[in-house]
Amino acid sequence: MAERTVLDVQSVVKRFGGLLAVDQLSFAVRQNEVLGLIGPNGSGKTTVLNLISGVFKPTTGDIYLDDRLISDRPARHIARAGVGRTFQLVRILPSLTVLENVMAGAVFGHKRLWGREARKYAERQLERVGMAHAMGMATAALTYIDEKRVELARALASDPRVLLLDEWLAGLNPTELQTGIALIRSLREEGRSIVLVEHVMDAIRSLCDRCVVMSGGVKIAEGAPAETLADREVIRAYLGDEDA
Amino acid sequence: MDILITGILLGATYSLIAMGLTLQYGVARIMNLANGEMLVAGAFGAFWVFTAQQASPFAAALVVVPGAFALNWLIYRYLLRPLVRRAKNRGMLEVDSILATFGMSFVLVGIMLMVFGGGYFTYSYLAEPFEILGSPFALNRVVACLVAVAISGLLYWGLNGTRTGMALRALAVDPAAAGLVAIDVPRMSAFSFALGGAVTAAGGIVLSTFLTMDASIGVVFTMKALIIVIMGGVGDVRGAIVAAVILGLAETAVASLIDPGLTLAAAYLLFVLVLLLRPEGLFGRRQS
Amino acid sequence: MSRAEIRSLTLAAAAFALLAFLPFLKDSGYLLSVSVSIAMYTVLATSWALFSGPTHYISLATAAFYGLGAYVVAAGIGAISYPLLLALAGTAGAVLALAVGVTTLRLTGVYFVIFTLGLAELIRQVVTWVQNNLTGSRGMYVFTEITERIIYWELLGLAALVYLVGWLVARSRLGFALHIIGNDELVAAHVGINSAAAKLILFVISGVFAAVVGAVMAPRYTYIEPSIVYSPELSFQVVIMALLGGAHRLWGPLVGVIPFALLWELIAARFPTQTVLLLGVAFLLIVYLIPHGVVGRIEFALERLRWGTRRG
Ligand SMILES: Nc1ncnc2c1ncn2[C@@H]1O[C@H](COP(=O)(O)OP(=O)(O)OP(=O)(O)O)[C@@H](O)[C@H]1O
Ligand SMILES: [Mg+2]
Repeated sequence: MAERTVLDVQSVVKRFGGLLAVDQLSFAVRQNEVLGLIGPNGSGKTTVLNLISGVFKPTTGDIYLDDRLISDRPARHIARAGVGRTFQLVRILPSLTVLENVMAGAVFGHKRLWGREARKYAERQLERVGMAHAMGMATAALTYIDEKRVELARALASDPRVLLLDEWLAGLNPTELQTGIALIRSLREEGRSIVLVEHVMDAIRSLCDRCVVMSGGVKIAEGAPAETLADREVIRAYLGDEDA
Repeated sequence: MDILITGILLGATYSLIAMGLTLQYGVARIMNLANGEMLVAGAFGAFWVFTAQQASPFAAALVVVPGAFALNWLIYRYLLRPLVRRAKNRGMLEVDSILATFGMSFVLVGIMLMVFGGGYFTYSYLAEPFEILGSPFALNRVVACLVAVAISGLLYWGLNGTRTGMALRALAVDPAAAGLVAIDVPRMSAFSFALGGAVTAAGGIVLSTFLTMDASIGVVFTMKALIIVIMGGVGDVRGAIVAAVILGLAETAVASLIDPGLTLAAAYLLFVLVLLLRPEGLFGRRQS
Repeated sequence: MSRAEIRSLTLAAAAFALLAFLPFLKDSGYLLSVSVSIAMYTVLATSWALFSGPTHYISLATAAFYGLGAYVVAAGIGAISYPLLLALAGTAGAVLALAVGVTTLRLTGVYFVIFTLGLAELIRQVVTWVQNNLTGSRGMYVFTEITERIIYWELLGLAALVYLVGWLVARSRLGFALHIIGNDELVAAHVGINSAAAKLILFVISGVFAAVVGAVMAPRYTYIEPSIVYSPELSFQVVIMALLGGAHRLWGPLVGVIPFALLWELIAARFPTQTVLLLGVAFLLIVYLIPHGVVGRIEFALERLRWGTRRG
């Protein structure tokens, strides 16, 4: 575990009006690491990803990428610095073709490819997520799962150092799930850091190096998946008091 | 001092038209660019009642206000509702409703031009001096201000003190959530839009007692209402009132110190300042 | 460049060359005057759609830019050479567009619409005030040697330029960025696009074109007065034409300009008092019946045809 820290979240707070969505949250992600960010519905996981990728600015607290402060930069700078993401509710660009959707990731990020180069690069990302057959298709013809794959290919096309996946594995059938897990594992082996927001416990157990558990915006546990998932407080957060 | 009082008198009347637009944009989510035409139509009604029927212009309210309510309800029901249903997201609805209400504003101007012609219309009602703190002010302005304050007060009570008002406020915050708590969203939106139109027309009656108007001046009032609503913060009644008074003061100051022809420029200057400094409105909370 | 692109480029060049000979036709007086207005609206509507098509921001400021350009010429004619005046008008348009864009383009579309809605009226008030108080006149005379023929050629050149710019933008990163912005601004930011800058560039381009068109048209008026060149009606006509044709394609506005400009000549002559009403009706018809313009309709029909034959 001598890998260096890539993403560092430091005492981050996010308020929406009177609602405290994230409260004094800190964690770090190292190179080559899959960090599971888990917790019951509404515990603030998506909000944390939104804070990292720059949809919102933290009310207080800092986020660093390679020791560079990114939390006061706009989303486009954070993206160019090497943070890619997918969205919990998939955001496909409807009037672009599948290939163009993926090219979007390669054209404006730090890659800045254009023309044939960008196209070829995007094609290879589509192959990687198993969507090579759909390249020229209009997005209207895609199933929800395929949309998720295209969105991942778009994130990969920017060659991100940190990849934020918001329930990307949700809704896959068992075979698709195995392929998905293998894909994420291969991304880690390339040296990327991945923050995985997930409810699928199998995936968390087999993929994550560490887990951060949130409840009501607060971090209630952190550590190896097997231990954290057995933690009394974590079980209580998920299942309610009487089961603990 | 004179500027201060004249400005406040004017601002109070402006707050009325801003409230009309708040009901339409803040609650029913329709950016109604035909708002000013509704105002001019109300003013025409008052003008007609005063000159042809020899009655008090405020008597026109008996016809104009229910008429505007019905007309706006029909507009929402048959012209805007299809757009709401067709829109895939809020952005699309915004573009469509802007274009559609634009078309309507032109149609309304066209109809008014046909009926009343292109000339200015003005009438003299209560054009006598009235003393406030030792300086004379036009009585019609003072009366207009009082009527506007009365209507605004009524609305404020309606929004904060009744069940319907509560439903409207819930709708303003989040239509989807409002639907979940058994608020009939389409009906309340239509009601809010119609009420907004009625309030605006009432504002037209009030303004006509002391301003000269013509058939195509509506767009200027639409602009003013929009500036007030944005300055006050969309959906914020208290902000709208403060913003209306600020606009009234700024216009009066520019008109009496520089040139009456530059009032729109004054409004614009305020608009630019708001957009640059506080785009979320005077009392709005800054989102991230 | 692909073969198809070369072919359409050649075709376009040939069409422009042919159109350039129009003033040499016999008895071309009426034809020329109609062509001038078609060419003018083509440039205005196409440059409008360059910005508004992909971004969905509805600009109602065409008249403001147009009037600005016309005024630059009116104020400088006689003192400054005409080509230089055109350049000045373009610069003035760019500066105005920058100022408006920086103020409003960070915000949602509504604020932008409202701002542009009043812009022509605002400038008209200010210009009127300046004229009344500083120059003591209500308008300005524009005496030049420039004939309608020259105006036509200038507009034709501008039209060629607007198509060239549109074509180049569509092939560029900027065009791709705008396409993404129009689809989903949040995704645009997350792939690293600077939305505000992209929108601003296109708004400036369209502003420059409108200002230069105003400058080119100025000699046609001989007498320029704020209420003439800052007529809000112009802005609305441009929007209608572009939407009627279809703002999402480069050649879309042209499809709207030709029938509308011809129809409008007729309407303005036949029902001079009802133009406003009819303009409103045209607006409503487009929004309710052909929301994606004639071009959108045609594309939709073609698409269906293709699917039909593929299945059959
Ligand atoms: N833009 C916003 N404005 C106001 N409140 C918000 C916003 N985004 C999230 N919230 C609130 O913040 C809290 C945390 O939401 P978040 O979406 O981060 O939860 P989550 O852990 O991702 O839940 P889920 O598992 O259901 O996806 C919720 O109460 C939510 O309503
Ligand atoms: Mg979530």
